[in-house]
Amino acid sequence: MERNIYLPYRMKVAKITEEAPAVRTFRLEFLDPAEAENFSFKTGQFAEYSVFGEGESTFCIASPHTRKGYVECTFRQVGRVTTALSNLEEGDTVGFRGPYGNTFPIDEWKGKNLVFIAGGIALPPMRSVIWTCLDNRKDYKDISIFYGAKTVNDLVYKHELKEWEERPDVNLYQTVDPGGETPEWKGEVGFVPTIVEKIAPSAENTIAVVCGPPIMIKNTFPVLQKLGFKDENIYTTLENRMKCGFGKCGRCNVGKTYVCKDGPVFTAAQLAELPNEY
Amino acid sequence: MSKIKKLSKESFPLLIKKISETQHVYGPVSQGKRISYQRISSADELASDFIIPDMSAKSFVFPKIEKLFSYTKNKDGVEVQDINLDNIPHRVVVGIRPCDAAGMESLKAIFSWDPSDPIFETRLKRTTFIGLACNQADDYCFCTSLGGSPGDTKGSDILLTKTDTGDYIAEILTSKGEKIVTLAPDLFQDVEGDLQKEKFLANVPKRFDNSDLQNKINAAFNTDVFDEYAMRCMGCSACAFVCPICACFDIQDETKGSKGQRVRLWDSCGAKLFTLHTSGHNPRETQGARWRQRLMHKFSYMPERLEVRGCVGCGRCSRRCPVDMNIAESLNQLIIDN
Ligand SMILES: Cc1cc2nc3c(=O)[nH]c(=O)nc-3n(C[C@H](O)[C@H](O)[C@H](O)COP(=O)(O)OP(=O)(O)OC[C@H]3O[C@@H](n4cnc5c(N)ncnc54)[C@H](O)[C@@H]3O)c2cc1C
Ligand code: SF4
Ligand code: SF4
Ligand code: FES
Repeated sequence: MERNIYLPYRMKVAKITEEAPAVRTFRLEFLDPAEAENFSFKTGQFAEYSVFGEGESTFCIASPHTRKGYVECTFRQVGRVTTALSNLEEGDTVGFRGPYGNTFPIDEWKGKNLVFIAGGIALPPMRSVIWTCLDNRKDYKDISIFYGAKTVNDLVYKHELKEWEERPDVNLYQTVDPGGETPEWKGEVGFVPTIVEKIAPSAENTIAVVCGPPIMIKNTFPVLQKLGFKDENIYTTLENRMKCGFGKCGRCNVGKTYVCKDGPVFTAAQLAELPNEY
Repeated sequence: MSKIKKLSKESFPLLIKKISETQHVYGPVSQGKRISYQRISSADELASDFIIPDMSAKSFVFPKIEKLFSYTKNKDGVEVQDINLDNIPHRVVVGIRPCDAAGMESLKAIFSWDPSDPIFETRLKRTTFIGLACNQADDYCFCTSLGGSPGDTKGSDILLTKTDTGDYIAEILTSKGEKIVTLAPDLFQDVEGDLQKEKFLANVPKRFDNSDLQNKINAAFNTDVFDEYAMRCMGCSACAFVCPICACFDIQDETKGSKGQRVRLWDSCGAKLFTLHTSGHNPRETQGARWRQRLMHKFSYMPERLEVRGCVGCGRCSRRCPVDMNIAESLNQLIIDN
């Protein structure tokens, strides 16, 4: 019989990392080894995570598909389900169904330079694709990462940022909003789009991936366009409210486009065709 | 495979009785002013003189609350119990209106869009629809404006049309319909010649020309026709709940003590909270944007993505709207304007 499409896998919270105030990363492992064996996903996809008794929440899969046996998600505590998740401890059980949605076309990007631009807690979808590309490092030319948060304290994945900073084959530019710096801060100060404009990565043979709050995306696209990036070479992800994740609950569509089925990954060219309902 | 038979007025109750021996039978029942699809054990419980049941028949395949699985929490973690599709009953709905039956095809398109929903599919497979053609209509009915008709066979397994003598013309339309006939083959008489079904159908005038509807509604997207029309809509969601095709849903957990279940519940795109992000941002901020979504979904997005419309013109949403929003009128206006 076909599997019940609403039935989640049971996963064990194998590891909890405190990333920033109210932001945590969970590493989840399948309780059933057979399910772990059959599971696969591609970078860019998302899933429904649940606390039994509290409900489901949508997060992207924050780990790269090149690393098997577990999935990771990073979430901010904002409401009912995310609060219940925050109260869990290592060893507890959560529900996970997915993967859903489309993927970053990383095979098409082979031989190109990659520029990743992220703001705040929007680094998770980016972290997945960054590590996937770094795990296949020889397939790509220059890799640059721009990452900004409100304050130094709000930067997530501090450990990995350090790792990227130390890698000679990655250019990392970190920034915090004006006023968010500490005396020890050695990165940039300023909003993400401003820093991108200042550093001015070349658009030649380059793909840009932008994830962040709507205001950051809105202000970053024009900067990239000014630098010569074509809309087809700028990627982002949308986050409309979701329930089912597979095109039935009617919640996530932007015009005729379903973020859960056609997205969440879109190019700036595709976004330009959509009505302003995201 | 359509085959035409005659079912006399005396045979009809016998058929219901015969079916009830092995399956649960449902049909339109009158409860004071309300007509609703209810479980029946004999044909005399059926309402006779009515236009359309207040609620559509969608709950047979898409119940208001559908259990998706249950769970038990204990000190070692959580046990999950899947539902058993074998428990979904075989049922026969007799007297379903042609518009409701036609709506099943649109619902099917939604739920079978990859990945297909096995709960819905099983419910649909196990439900037999014996339709009853309409011999009366009201000003809200507009099936003919959308390609349907009071005698439309779409979605029915058997369609009955009551003639002036009280006997029925029975069109046997599917293998599920055939199965009903084999339960009591003697009740169905062969017929010769044309029984002129059309003579016994209600007259539903065309309210608008649908030939270019999809283009016209697309053209209206950036106009203020939706805002203007939806000014008085309160977002109560009644229109979605009575609609045979509206299928938007929510998923929630219901827990009592250590046990609980995850359920799927009817929801509505007209509700303000429907698309509200936790951040406070709402992609469909105004009631006009939500009314536009309702119409665009039914007349543009579904035709484009699923090749069916999301409306069969049953008129229920307009009959039930507390502030007299009228979908046919709204469509008519945007067809004229664009
Ligand atoms: C594709 C995608 C990827 C995402 N990735 C991430 C990620 O990686 N990390 C991250 O932190 N966030 C991510 N989000 C956002 C995340 O889904 C939400 O922040 C999260 O679901 C909030 O859940 P909550 O239960 O804590 O919030 P709540 O606001 O409590 O919502 C709980 C549920 O109840 C419903 N609800 C809320 N209020 C009401 C009400 N008043 N009445 C009735 N129902 C209500 C909501 O629809 C929701 O489903 C992503 C979203 C999408 C669509
Ligand atoms: S029934 Fe009427 S008032 Fe209620 S949501 Fe529908 S259109 Fe709006
Ligand atoms: S939208 Fe209104 S008229 Fe159309 S099928 Fe639904 S309830 Fe009937
Ligand atoms: S999340 Fe349900 S339709 Fe997209």
